[in-house]
Amino acid sequence: MTLLRVLLLLLVLSPFVARAGDDPIADLAGNYDDIRHAVDALSVSGNARAEPVIAALQNGALMVAADRSLWIREGDAMLDARSGAPGSPNGPLKPVRLNNAVRRAIEAAMGNLTLFSADPARRLKAAQALFAQPDPAALPTLDRALAKESVAGVRRLLQQAQAAAVLAGADAPIPDRLAAIVVLRARGDLAASNLLAALAGQPPEVAAAAAEGVAAIARAQKIWALAQGVFYGISLGSVLLLAASGLAITFGVMGVINMAHGEMVMLGAYTTFVVQQAVGAWLPGLAAAGVLIAIPLAFIVSGAVGIAIERLLISFLYGRPLETLLATWGLSLGLQQAVRSLFGASNRDVSTPGWMSGAAQWGGVTITFNRLYIIIFAAFVLAALMAVLRATPLGLQMRAVTQNRRMAAAMGIRTPWIDALTFGLGSGVAGMAGVALSQIDNVSPNLGQGYIIDSFMVVVFGGVGNLWGTLVSALTLGIVNKFLEPVAGAVLGKIFVLVLLILFIQRKPRGLFPLKGRAVEA
Amino acid sequence: MTTRDTLLYLDGVTVTFDGFRALNALSLVLEQGEMRAVIGPNGAGKTTMMDVITGRTRPDTGRVVFGRDTDLTRLDEPAIAALGIGRKFQKPTVFEPHTVWDNLLLALAGDRRPRFTLWARQSAEERTRIEAILATIRLADHARRRAGDLSHGQKQWLEIGMLLAQEPQLLLVDEPVAGMTDAETEQTAELLREINRSRSVVVVEHDMAFVRALGVRVTVLHEGAVLSEGSIDHVSADPRVVEVYLGR
Amino acid sequence: MSGRATMVCLVLVLGGAAVMAALNLATPAASALHVPAYAVSLAGKYLCYAMLAVAVDLVWGFAGILSLGHAAFFALGGYAMGMYLMRQIGTRGVYGNAVLPDFMVFLNWKSLPWYWYGFDHPAFAVAMVLLVPGVLALVFGWLAFRSRVGGVYLSIITQALTYALLLAFFRNDMGFGGNNGLTDFKDMFSIPLHLDSTRDGLLLATAVLLAAELLVARHVVTSRFGKVLIAVRDSESRTRFLGYRPESYKLFVFVLSAVMAGVGGALYVPQVGIINPGEFAPANSIEAVIWVAVGGRGTLVGAVLGAVLVNLGKTFFTATLPDLWLFALGALFILVTLLLPGGLLGLGRRRPRAAPVTQAPEPAE
Repeated sequence: MTLLRVLLLLLVLSPFVARAGDDPIADLAGNYDDIRHAVDALSVSGNARAEPVIAALQNGALMVAADRSLWIREGDAMLDARSGAPGSPNGPLKPVRLNNAVRRAIEAAMGNLTLFSADPARRLKAAQALFAQPDPAALPTLDRALAKESVAGVRRLLQQAQAAAVLAGADAPIPDRLAAIVVLRARGDLAASNLLAALAGQPPEVAAAAAEGVAAIARAQKIWALAQGVFYGISLGSVLLLAASGLAITFGVMGVINMAHGEMVMLGAYTTFVVQQAVGAWLPGLAAAGVLIAIPLAFIVSGAVGIAIERLLISFLYGRPLETLLATWGLSLGLQQAVRSLFGASNRDVSTPGWMSGAAQWGGVTITFNRLYIIIFAAFVLAALMAVLRATPLGLQMRAVTQNRRMAAAMGIRTPWIDALTFGLGSGVAGMAGVALSQIDNVSPNLGQGYIIDSFMVVVFGGVGNLWGTLVSALTLGIVNKFLEPVAGAVLGKIFVLVLLILFIQRKPRGLFPLKGRAVEA
Repeated sequence: MTTRDTLLYLDGVTVTFDGFRALNALSLVLEQGEMRAVIGPNGAGKTTMMDVITGRTRPDTGRVVFGRDTDLTRLDEPAIAALGIGRKFQKPTVFEPHTVWDNLLLALAGDRRPRFTLWARQSAEERTRIEAILATIRLADHARRRAGDLSHGQKQWLEIGMLLAQEPQLLLVDEPVAGMTDAETEQTAELLREINRSRSVVVVEHDMAFVRALGVRVTVLHEGAVLSEGSIDHVSADPRVVEVYLGR
Repeated sequence: MSGRATMVCLVLVLGGAAVMAALNLATPAASALHVPAYAVSLAGKYLCYAMLAVAVDLVWGFAGILSLGHAAFFALGGYAMGMYLMRQIGTRGVYGNAVLPDFMVFLNWKSLPWYWYGFDHPAFAVAMVLLVPGVLALVFGWLAFRSRVGGVYLSIITQALTYALLLAFFRNDMGFGGNNGLTDFKDMFSIPLHLDSTRDGLLLATAVLLAAELLVARHVVTSRFGKVLIAVRDSESRTRFLGYRPESYKLFVFVLSAVMAGVGGALYVPQVGIINPGEFAPANSIEAVIWVAVGGRGTLVGAVLGAVLVNLGKTFFTATLPDLWLFALGALFILVTLLLPGGLLGLGRRRPRAAPVTQAPEPAE
């Protein structure tokens, strides 16, 4: 088969080989027919001047002098067409004239020429264009381009364009067509699938291979869709994780039911808004970093509010969880109204910096950057939280106080202060979550309300007092939710997840990863 | 002694909490009408043993046979209570908002189902029984007081009275004299002996003087298993018991 | 909850409703004594809220179940009544369809969904008002109490329950009118709703049913059952060792309370003229809890008092100082829990702890 292809190549190339000695540029001064042939010849000649000359021809900038020498007009200067060097032609110049046949030839030639451009991005674009409009006539050029191509990505696309062109023609031998089908099947997207689907009328073995290719692509597409679903799921899971990780501290570790947790998130989002306004007004140069500046500030704002809440309200209600729930709910109403009075009831505009917008394609999966950054940020927040709990003196004291308050107090730990700091930490983390949520959700006084029930469900589902459980729970809920969405619709999917959770908690009230032991039961 | 029937038989009961063995193949036999004192250092598994008998904790392995052939490990707390096993907790837990009278009324043996209690009226028989118990626990003058207003010792007695009202075959009593004055301790020992005339009793206690005053067979638990068993003089002479209590 | 307080409350509720109705009917509009129709409906609305509050107090005050989803039962009762009222409209709707309510015609539905069958019969509708909240509470409570879900965990899942229902009823596909809910009612039991006398009748009916609810609740909590219930609230595991099954007691009272809330909702709908998914909002359920806390938890009468007072305040604030209402409500939550654990009725008592509001440490399971 390889031999066959070589022969074929030689056969196709033979006319050009035969005319290799001619000077196509000179022919551009001839009649329409000459020009057309010259353009064809130039386009595959590999001559470095081919592209500027044909481009000039297309733009009407190619001039012919009385001595049939060719010039390119560039602004006021005249360049010698053959060398590109500036010069002065003898006598008056006339533009080379075009007819429709020539114009068609020029267009095809430009497509071919960019295949040989020095810029890989342009070559890629040209290959893409050729794939989208498969033309058996372009095959020879493609073969030549392939022979020269060294960039793997462009090479792959060229092969695909070649395969498409082979299949578009009626006269390619069956083994070639089968090989082309393999190439398209490997490409594996919808366009390839469409091309293959069009081969149903071809000879049986080709049609069979094509049908198999279509099926294979459909399978691959399913897997990609699955991967995309997992990405969306992880993305939603990381949002849930962010919203819930602060609660995992205040509720999970301290056992405080803070219904105003959502408002801590909301305060973080408004901090982002204020920081962006301030940066925009005073430090426009740092506009892209506004979100980054907001992260520590949101931690401080929400954390400080959290400490104040703990000292002024919650510390009076320890041991009375249901009363704590009601009082903090009241507080959440007050905070919402306060923000509404200050900033207005409508949504506030928090812009997404350039480095966070856009998307990347990975196979069949689209990865939007803002989602990706939020996933990374959630992982970072969780890691930081674990580090604080495990590796800092504050974390040690927190764990001591939650495990045995009286003993901790006897050892000289100021338990009220630790309570306040722990609560502040949880609230601060909620504030940081608010920064992330401001990028994907409406920044309004009701922002927190939308997350409070979900957050509690995540913490309870994962097992109270267990950060890993919170992580697993958030990701599970995120992914389950995203996979239910296409089946049941967004709202019904969410309802379904809620009902499942309610049933789950009733079967296993201590969540996925319960803490065991007598201390828990007492 | 062997002529009497076995009332409670713990057979190789093991309970593990996160790798910690609270009970380690514990076996124990209690006979009908017996009073038994269970002692042991902290963490010996005394409370866990009570939890297993009353259905609060399910053992990983082993059986708990009550009477002839009832396996308690298959039942939950209310079912076990209905069989006639009463439990008194370490901390006195009476229903504080209710009067002493109502506490006893709720404890009286009888139909426990909502459809009965919703329409139940206090019968003359119930009244006499409550009055009798009030006399036994020396609270006749306090019948109309809120249980929450009683002194610590009075609450302990009320709780014992509630156990009596349940008419159990077996009473499990967890540290009944903790925090009591000497006089109260003595009265409690007397009360328990009185109860023991008609029922079997298991007493978990730290107070050696009290155990001695009871004058009953003693089981020493250590690390979830029986270390020694016999009279108080026998176990206090046992070198292993001495080592467990004093050795470290 | 002394018998005297209950008597006073019954007299005030029944007498107040009767006086308002009489003044509305018997005095001319110009008279200084005249009670306008909107005030009659407003009073009826308050009494419906009071029914919800008594239901909440029954489970929270006496069984220690802090339900944050009781408004769901209220709304379900309301929807059952609303469906009956929709069917009563008949051909008088905008589209004049004898069978399909307007919103279904608008959505191009061809036939009535099966779950709307029977709602044209008043007896069936009334049965559903009782059954739907009752059965939901039965299933939910059976699952929850059997696996000993209690304390804040129960509160959280009741909140999730009402949230799930909120989302569900917002969907047009559910066949309950979606976002707009059910409205434009014409008459009830063939009596036109817009007549003043109908409003007066509804107010009286609400007052009578509230009185009945109070009496039933009072019987429950003062019976031996009630004593067990309070014992369960304060020390669930102790009652279990006494041989009681707390889950049966909680389940009974939870279902009873849900049915009571449903009846309240059913009376609410004809008086306000609309039921929409907003009634399922978690905030509504929590607000009902604060009515109880304001009046005095575990007193039943306090629930009525709290519901009427807080809602009077809400009507006043939202009309005059709308921005301040949430501040006031939020402050109410905080002040009552911090400073007034016995509620308003607790103020008059020498020993505010007589109605015990202490939360016994709940075993984790």
